[in-house]
Amino acid sequence: MSDTRAHSASYVRETMLPEAEPPVTQTGAIKWMRENLFSSITNAILTLLSVYVIYYVLSHTLGWMLFGIWDAGSLSECREIRDELYGEGASVACWAVLADRWDQLMFGFYPQDLYWRPVLALGIFFVAVAPILFENVSRKLFYVTAIAPFLCFWLIWGGSIWTPVAVALGFVIGWAVFRFGSEIVGALLATIGAILLPILYWLLLAGTVGQGLHAILPIGIEFVDSDSIGGFMLAIIIGVTSIILSFPLGIVLALGRQSDLFIINKSCVFFIEVIRSVPLIVWLFTASLLLNYFLPPGTNFDLLLRVIIMVTFFASAYMAEVIRGGLAALPRGQYEGADSLGLNYWQSMQLIVLPQALKISIPGIVNTFIGIFKDTTLVVFVGLSDPIGFSNLIRATTDWNGIYWELFIFIGACFFVCCFAMSKYSQFLERKLRTDHR
Amino acid sequence: MKKSVLLGTLTIAGLVAAAGSAQTLDEVQARGSLNCGVTTGLVGFAAPNASGEWEGFDVGVCRAVAAAVFGDPSAVNFVPTTGQTRFTALASGEIDMLARNTTWTFSRDVDLRFEFTGINYYDGQGFMVPRELGVSSAMELDGATVCIQTGTTTELNLADFFASNNMSYEPVPIETNAEAQQQYLAGACDVYTTDASGLAATRATFEDPSAHVVLPEIISKEPLGPLVRHGDHEWGDIVRWTLNALIAAEELGITSANVSELAAGTENPEINRLLGSEGELGGMLGLSSDWAVNVISVGGNYGELFEANIGEATPIGLARGLNAQWTDGGLLYSPPFR
Repeated sequence: MSDTRAHSASYVRETMLPEAEPPVTQTGAIKWMRENLFSSITNAILTLLSVYVIYYVLSHTLGWMLFGIWDAGSLSECREIRDELYGEGASVACWAVLADRWDQLMFGFYPQDLYWRPVLALGIFFVAVAPILFENVSRKLFYVTAIAPFLCFWLIWGGSIWTPVAVALGFVIGWAVFRFGSEIVGALLATIGAILLPILYWLLLAGTVGQGLHAILPIGIEFVDSDSIGGFMLAIIIGVTSIILSFPLGIVLALGRQSDLFIINKSCVFFIEVIRSVPLIVWLFTASLLLNYFLPPGTNFDLLLRVIIMVTFFASAYMAEVIRGGLAALPRGQYEGADSLGLNYWQSMQLIVLPQALKISIPGIVNTFIGIFKDTTLVVFVGLSDPIGFSNLIRATTDWNGIYWELFIFIGACFFVCCFAMSKYSQFLERKLRTDHR
Repeated sequence: MKKSVLLGTLTIAGLVAAAGSAQTLDEVQARGSLNCGVTTGLVGFAAPNASGEWEGFDVGVCRAVAAAVFGDPSAVNFVPTTGQTRFTALASGEIDMLARNTTWTFSRDVDLRFEFTGINYYDGQGFMVPRELGVSSAMELDGATVCIQTGTTTELNLADFFASNNMSYEPVPIETNAEAQQQYLAGACDVYTTDASGLAATRATFEDPSAHVVLPEIISKEPLGPLVRHGDHEWGDIVRWTLNALIAAEELGITSANVSELAAGTENPEINRLLGSEGELGGMLGLSSDWAVNVISVGGNYGELFEANIGEATPIGLARGLNAQWTDGGLLYSPPFR
């Protein structure tokens, strides 16, 4: 064997070569740049152009932002400090306005010694939504979820603890009627009773019950008027409330729109189309102006409450259409499969149709959530002091008149954080719920 | 609870709305505080300070009325209203009075069924230009680009002024005063026009105020004053004479510093009548006899309010001008307290 090899070739390598580095053009950053940034002449030109634009924008804004002044009592003071530090007329931001008016931008006119209450309410809110948002959280937290709406309401507005308790009692009544009534009077009557009885209770009895309980055992914390609520607290209250309420309402409306029952179908279609076809700002003006004419002078039907109701209606009309899209995307076979298993309507919806339809609708649902949260800034036009409203109020003082970009950049950044978080969560949820095989 | 209020009230709304207009004073006293409509922020006239307390010239009027009714200037709920919501808020009873630099016009007084109870600031529309343009009169503005807030009377006044002087202009429509400041500073327009008080406040915020001049021409009459609903004359009288008390106090030399001393009684019978040591003027209004003392001890007389909020000592630096007492060549003239 060795002879034949020795004669058939003049040279044979007997050891392996050590591994060589790949050529510089085929490795690391250079390869990445060649592939992604300079793969062709057009691409190279576009890359250079983009780099120049980014440089241009950053060179004009980065210094302005980073060298900004944080400690001053007014715009003129800011300018004096700047002249001292960087010389006359240098372009730097005056972030001091945020430090000076931080409380107002966050809490509005809420009493300063009570700031812990909305902060605690926000904390409770996060605990309450945790079991809904994440699977690996203790299921026991659902108890917190159940009482959180009432607790948060009580913490933010204060007053007697018996008011939220009396309201919560309505839900207990509804549940009890549904739970125990179906055995006695049948499922349909129990369902109707579970809806009607709590409403009657809220309209006629809840106020008396709350006052009565308060008279027996007066427990309460300082009451805070809705007028005192402003800034991001207001935006979050309106946004979160309408997002949470619009979701179930939207599902009901979407199912109603697909229903075969004539009245339910047509009233859902009417509600959705009317609410959705009119701009939100018109509904807000309706809430703040038109309702006032119907109410007698001196009636205190809270403006904030009116606005929340309108925003919720608006959001649920959009939500209904998004979810209807999900329902329509589901193959007919799924509905038929549910029927063939002998499931009734609610069972088939709950077990088969809605889980799939909602999964399909996630991007649309989150889109609506984000849109509604940003739309809360429209309340400035009906005289509520949301962050934009406060930016006007702050500018209206002689101290800060003339400040512009700093406030808007800050407000924009805060909204970005909230909306980006929502968007990221929805992507996480989509990945988690993905069942197809890729 | 609130729903029951809503439903119940919807049914009786029509009945009550007709009859319920004549007892604003009773309602205010029962509530324990005055609901006063103000702007959603206007420099010098109404704005909350860093600790959330409202300050300003219009706010001073609200506090004076609260002091007249309750003897307590802090018994006021300030309700921020926008240009769109202000009149509805007043008409529907959400607020008891509106002190929101609102121009007194015929149609607002007559057609909208409000009652202006006086004038607390005589304003007028003016022009501001960069000094480097070398313009010294509004008559030289032919062909200029003008930043103008849309949907306001200033827009109409501007069109009238240029048309009647046979000049042309190019409008740059803007929405808010803050936006106007940015546009004007960025050079998007040669001229910025709005009420002269607004121009002064805007100019005061510039890096170099001396680089900009406010032209001498005032092209419109903008008498600003507090207003109440038609039909409740007792309440209107209280607001009217509170404002008159502020004006008369300046004329009579009553200040926040000497009011308590003068209230004990003086040689001047008009001062005595105003401050309640003689006669029963307070009782005629349905208020206590020392109502005017309370009004004046809040922020002082009209002149003191003016100087503290928008006068020459403040960054806004407005001169009294038309808003001086009639004895000093201005238009302020309170009817006698008799």
